[in-house]
Amino acid sequence: MDEVFKALADASRRSLLDRLHAKNGQSLNELCEGLEMTRQAVTKHLVILEEANLVTTIRHRREKLHYLNPVPIHQIGERWIRKFERGKLAALSELKRQLEKRDE
Amino acid sequence: MSKPQFVYVTYIETTPEKLWEALTSSAFTRQYWFGAEVRSDWKVGSPFALTLDGEVTDSGEILEADPPRRLSYSFKHLKYEELRGEPISRVVFTIEPFGSLVRLTVLHDGFVEGGKYLGAVSNGWPAILSGLKSLLERGQVLAIPRTALNKGFDAK
Repeated sequence: MDEVFKALADASRRSLLDRLHAKNGQSLNELCEGLEMTRQAVTKHLVILEEANLVTTIRHRREKLHYLNPVPIHQIGERWIRKFERGKLAALSELKRQLEKRDE
Repeated sequence: MSKPQFVYVTYIETTPEKLWEALTSSAFTRQYWFGAEVRSDWKVGSPFALTLDGEVTDSGEILEADPPRRLSYSFKHLKYEELRGEPISRVVFTIEPFGSLVRLTVLHDGFVEGGKYLGAVSNGWPAILSGLKSLLERGQVLAIPRTALNKGFDAK
């Protein structure tokens, strides 16, 4: 999970993820188009994103294509969002208990 | 085939055999696939169906089956009117040992660009795969509401 947060803690890498979110399955050339980053910088960022499993690559017709892999982000959500929901449920139970008590 | 539209990867602490079972057994899929059950004899050319509360929601055919390494099937949605017109899509599961873990790759293609099914599926897989990982590693799945699946219908 550390790798995921480290990978996300960089605006250039987030913009690469945004580009893949807008259009999945891009080659390095496509990803570099219109960016102010050098090809070397893009490659370096993609390696970090791949190591965090946020980007996955496959070979398709002799091209290496990059895909956004949202599974680790989903796992982060699962880990904490549920805790907040539990809090809400506890608060609602307490509210119900308090309101119903008045009628006793 | 055109290039895949989605490629999802997750690393799971399990064995290829257990992962294969989790993908092909309803006792498992019920727990992590929004209550859905899978029906097939998992032989190439055999029918495949996804059912929810006994009703078939998607159906297709087994395209590849090489336990516990590779599984592929086609499916077409039958339940929701707005998704029925979408073409058949294809899913490929690849299971590879990765040190003490197993790497699961899910590749999905055959959607119409901008089609509604694309939105529905892109919301579904990350949740399904997270659930699958939790189930195999911890023996339990965090409850994900079924509505999470439908969230994508309005997505572009």
